[in-house]
Amino acid sequence: MKLTIKSLPIFALMAVMFSGCNNSKSPNGNRGALASTAAEKVYVPPGEHDEFYAFFSGGYSGNLTVYGLPSGRMFKEIPVFSQFPTNGYGYSEETKPMLNTSHGFIPWDDLHHPDISQTDGKLDGRWIFVNGNNTPRIARIDLKTFETDEIIEVPNSAGNHSSSFVTENTEYVVAGTRFSVPVPQKDISIKEYRGNFKGALSFIEVAPETGRMNLKFQIMMPGFDYDLSHPGRGKSHGWFFFTTYNTEEANTLLEVNASQNDKDFIAAVNWKKIEEYINNGGGTKMPAEYAHNVYDHSTHSAKSTIKKEVLMVDPTKVPGAVFLLPTPKSPHGCDVDPTGKYIIGNGKLSADLTIHSFGKMIAAIEAEKFDGDAYGIPILKFEDVLAGQVKSGGLGPLHTEFDGKGNAYTTFFISSELVKWNVETREVIDRQPNYYSVGHVMIPGGNSAAPFGKYAVAMNKITKDRYLPTGPELEHSAQLFDISGEKMELLLDFPTHGEPHYAAGIPAEILAPESQKIYRLEDNKHEFAALGGDETRVERHGNEVHVYMSMIRSHFTPDNIEGIRVGDKVYFHITNHEQDFDVPHGFAMIGANNAELLIMPGQTRTLVWEPGQVGVWPFYCTDFCSALHQEMQGYVRVSPANSDIKLSWSLGE
Amino acid sequence: MSTIEKTMLLLFGILLTACGGTPEKKEKFTYERTKTEKKVKAEDQVAKNKAAADITSLDNKGIGPVKNVTLGAEIDQAMARAGKELFKSKCMLCHKPDRKFIGPAPQGVLDRRSPEWVMNMILNPEVMVKEDPIAKQLLMDYNGSPMANQGLTEEEARKILEYFRTL
Repeated sequence: MKLTIKSLPIFALMAVMFSGCNNSKSPNGNRGALASTAAEKVYVPPGEHDEFYAFFSGGYSGNLTVYGLPSGRMFKEIPVFSQFPTNGYGYSEETKPMLNTSHGFIPWDDLHHPDISQTDGKLDGRWIFVNGNNTPRIARIDLKTFETDEIIEVPNSAGNHSSSFVTENTEYVVAGTRFSVPVPQKDISIKEYRGNFKGALSFIEVAPETGRMNLKFQIMMPGFDYDLSHPGRGKSHGWFFFTTYNTEEANTLLEVNASQNDKDFIAAVNWKKIEEYINNGGGTKMPAEYAHNVYDHSTHSAKSTIKKEVLMVDPTKVPGAVFLLPTPKSPHGCDVDPTGKYIIGNGKLSADLTIHSFGKMIAAIEAEKFDGDAYGIPILKFEDVLAGQVKSGGLGPLHTEFDGKGNAYTTFFISSELVKWNVETREVIDRQPNYYSVGHVMIPGGNSAAPFGKYAVAMNKITKDRYLPTGPELEHSAQLFDISGEKMELLLDFPTHGEPHYAAGIPAEILAPESQKIYRLEDNKHEFAALGGDETRVERHGNEVHVYMSMIRSHFTPDNIEGIRVGDKVYFHITNHEQDFDVPHGFAMIGANNAELLIMPGQTRTLVWEPGQVGVWPFYCTDFCSALHQEMQGYVRVSPANSDIKLSWSLGE
Repeated sequence: MSTIEKTMLLLFGILLTACGGTPEKKEKFTYERTKTEKKVKAEDQVAKNKAAADITSLDNKGIGPVKNVTLGAEIDQAMARAGKELFKSKCMLCHKPDRKFIGPAPQGVLDRRSPEWVMNMILNPEVMVKEDPIAKQLLMDYNGSPMANQGLTEEEARKILEYFRTL
């Protein structure tokens, strides 16, 4: 067929007509689990919104990323434990205190397990908690502003891994140490590990109104590795469960030496009993040093305080508080089903899953059927607490989540698959391969009393050929499954940033209506804010120069500054006077040794600049803000150190 | 016309009828004389290539939440004082009371604009600069520098209006 130019427009028109004919269905009509193809199920039409928010830990990025489900679109990276030049977090004077620790300023961490706050065992969407694994810390992120509000360091810990999981009413956020260490720290031989190293389980209380964290007590446990944990719920509310490995107490070549015992333990902690004990004056106050960093949204500034004391609880002194449940074989994930009846130990060197019964555990404790003790902590008999095992046929079980319909979903790292099984019958219902080597799985609310069992996201450790090669390093791949039917259906691959160790999901309708759009100028209590139009100025105090600057589309006030000298330390305190959604302005100063500032409407941020060279140096707005964004610029004149040029500033003169 | 093209045209015709019913039905064209009269007035003036500052348009109430404002015979001084404070904290970066700056001076604005127009410009600037002929011209006169929406309430905008009466 020979096409003439004349006939081409007709073709085009016909194509438009064809697509135009499909408009009878609403754009929402074919979304979700009822749609027929994978593409339709993940397609969110332009301008429409995802059904779920998903918060992925960034692992070694130190930050938290926000995605939409089912689209897999990334919406935001929230800086938590790492400096973030994109907006100046950890570089600006206001946010630097957030990264303070007893070891000084730490610009990075390894962020693991996000957990959303709960009320009555259900996600309430107020805050999300995450843990820094390397220099042990717990952070609280506000889900109105999507900003890190608070970070508390965890003393006597190392490798803060069995964290940061919340109890049923967010009474506590819990952090268990992966590496045991001498407590208090001292200069001893590593070979003296056994008996001398301790494992701290930390209970951080959360103020119900403000979310403010306070390290209430630490339980000093034997020197095992505390790997993961989850709270009891429903009937088992008041208990917390921790998996352990290295009950061998090896201090070298753990790959071999920590895999000798056929069984390790799940430690069951009755925190209500310990709470009662300390409320009656129990526990020992012990010197410690840890940072508590709090961000205030009215001063737009963080403050770091070093705390000096912690309340230590010896578990052998609180009868009935801690028991050990033998669990094969170096269990990793420790997951509690939505009813709170079952505790699942994912023995990572085993093919089987171990399901303990909370009811049987209580019965065994009441009958005092103990099988010896470990450093004075009673050990229960495996058979007495076991509800059953899942003979899955997979290898290397790691983590389990629940759909709220009686099913569990367990990841198998070695056999690289997601296995669906029935919690009561423990029969395998379905298995789907993962590409490749899955670590965590997340179902929104999947580790709460009320999961939203529509999607499961598998977070894979190995990417290989799933994406176009980008050199030796690839982003990790997540895979979205539709779990609304009997069989799981793979819908989508999408890349995740850093290395996600777990994620937390929540329906968008819980968070979106609460999301903050601006900071009100009248609420701005920043010490150096230039609020009225006439408060902008420059002040010199010796070598320190404070610039009280304001910004609005599209100029800085002032935009010409003279009288700065080499050797000065110049503080640009900049207030964004916009009061409209999504109108941040940026600030970048040539030669500044830190980062830019990205300043939200109504917010004040401070950047320090130490000019080293004589000349006239420009600054500008980095965030395209209006048609006149390119005009949003200014100059600072820097004179020699001994210059007597008078300090002056202006706009439009 | 080749056979192929004829066939395609025919097919196209079928498609058109197949889709019938989906496109909105257009009412017969009518000229709404009364509704556009005021608009034409402002537009006419703009069309004469005047700067917005030279145009007086007291009938135009603008587009936005404010439909009707009654000004008291006397200026409410308490209200004006509150308006002045608001103006200082939310507007002064771009507007000086008595001289042109990033945006126009509010001094004398009520000689040229209706109170409703002023309040709608404060409360609904995004729509005003797109749809109101005077506001559109202002955007041009001020080099495309946008009027920021400062998120004020109607009550706050009313106070600022009262302050403008004192200038």
